[in-house]
Amino acid sequence: MKQKKARKGWIATIILTIVAVFYVSPLFVVLMNSFKKKAFINLEPFNLPTARNWIGVENYANSIEKYGFLQAVLWTLVITVGSVVVILVCTSMFAWFITRVNNKATKFLYLLCVFSMVVPFQMVMFTLSLVTDRLRLNTPWGLIVIYLGFGAGLAVFMFCGFVKSIPIEIEEAAMIDGCTPLRTFFSVVLPIMKPTYISVGILETMWIWNDFLLPYLTLDLNKYSTISIVIQRMQGSFGRVDMGAIMASLVLAVIPIIIFYLSCQKYIIKGVAAGAVKG
Amino acid sequence: MEKSIKSYFPIFLGPTFLAFIIGFIVPFLMGLYLSLCDFRTAADAKFIGLGNFVKAFQDGEFLHAFVFTALFTLTTVILINVLAFAVAMVLTNNVPGTNIFRTTFFMPNLIGGIVLGYIWQLVFNGILSRYDLALKISAKFGFWGLVVVICWQQIGYMMIIYIAGLQSIPSSLNEAAAIDGANSWQRLWSVTIPNMMPSITICLFLTLTNGFKLFDQNLSLTAGEPMKQTEMLALNIFNTFYSRVGYQGVGQAKAVIFFVLVVALGLIQLKMTRSREVQQ
Repeated sequence: MKQKKARKGWIATIILTIVAVFYVSPLFVVLMNSFKKKAFINLEPFNLPTARNWIGVENYANSIEKYGFLQAVLWTLVITVGSVVVILVCTSMFAWFITRVNNKATKFLYLLCVFSMVVPFQMVMFTLSLVTDRLRLNTPWGLIVIYLGFGAGLAVFMFCGFVKSIPIEIEEAAMIDGCTPLRTFFSVVLPIMKPTYISVGILETMWIWNDFLLPYLTLDLNKYSTISIVIQRMQGSFGRVDMGAIMASLVLAVIPIIIFYLSCQKYIIKGVAAGAVKG
Repeated sequence: MEKSIKSYFPIFLGPTFLAFIIGFIVPFLMGLYLSLCDFRTAADAKFIGLGNFVKAFQDGEFLHAFVFTALFTLTTVILINVLAFAVAMVLTNNVPGTNIFRTTFFMPNLIGGIVLGYIWQLVFNGILSRYDLALKISAKFGFWGLVVVICWQQIGYMMIIYIAGLQSIPSSLNEAAAIDGANSWQRLWSVTIPNMMPSITICLFLTLTNGFKLFDQNLSLTAGEPMKQTEMLALNIFNTFYSRVGYQGVGQAKAVIFFVLVVALGLIQLKMTRSREVQQ
């Protein structure tokens, strides 16, 4: 019986290994093609690079020099890190307040946040771009404000779920000992909520790093761009599409994600599971 | 305690609330109002009543996008959930190498929609070009191409949720059923699935709304080609706003319809599956 089960397990492993190889193969196809001359990429995408079509790192140089890929990476990083930090600090304070102060106004705010989670972006995209232009929020720094507003729903929702499970006595004790509400929040509540900070941080990072439409519509595209915007622009630009530079950019776009993923894998998977349970 | 916190509301609520007004409430209310107006920029808006909605419903491309989106969502919801559930079942069964598989299958989820679309465009065109075909020549290729991309991206995510759900079922339930003589098929239907309903609810909700709201992958993989035949609702709304002069009002009306549709679908689905959840 046990032997049979073990053998079954190994058969499953073999099948899953084959599936997993297929699963990651598109990424290797792109990596392979990023070292080929442009003309060969559409002709024979699955052939290994050979001396005939090898071009070395020229595609990468093009992507960085001609299309400003590194600037886009930097701006994406600024927008993502800035927004996530601001979202975490502001929405956790917001969530703690509306959970601990119980009246009609705070209940209404909570419902408003939940409501904003289900509204599709298309509903507000046009008017949002008008608002950001009017208020001159069309810079990466302004975008942080927009992300705080638009990303507040999910974050508040998750933080509220967690605050409810913290025994209020701990906070009361801190207040009796003379802590102001601010001090209570930062030295008592915040450390307890650390796991939720990680979960929310990861979900928001995944969203903002990859977001295309919001920055595309609100950023001043003459001055700033993000990774998704640059790649979309390379493909959509008039004239010849530079497949080589696109391949190199795709590789450069995926590398930071894979590094991030492999280094915080445990938290990412936990964060996703936690987000789902709360949802 | 409540009283002393209350006076701190500008600090605790202020920043988020202000951003929420700028980033959500004002655009949302403006959007509702503008859907009833004729306008190109918000400054020249003229109230015209429901005219935009009439035009939206008469727009053949919009209706086509709706049907395409509905079919696409139906297909992906079924495929993603069945496959993710199956993989989760296998991976919770002490298969050697579980962690590596989990890591691999989840990975595509972190890659953005635009990047994913172009990665797969290369792969699909590489395969199709052997038969002298290309992705953008047929709506059928576009449809199944999108299905493959979305499955590839989301199966891992739903798998994680299903694994968490499966691990929370006490193993004594299944053991008791086995002792009572239930075979593995009966155990799946009468023990595992009823206990998994909370996970199934959330996964159905996510795949359903993700399918309806899909934009990035649609834009990068097919951009609606050929002839807007693979254009989904979100992309149709985008194109109405930004590539048809004078149609902003209709675009906003479509956006309102889209919003109502997504919310209604989400609520109906939640209600239907929530009622089947069992208490442990």
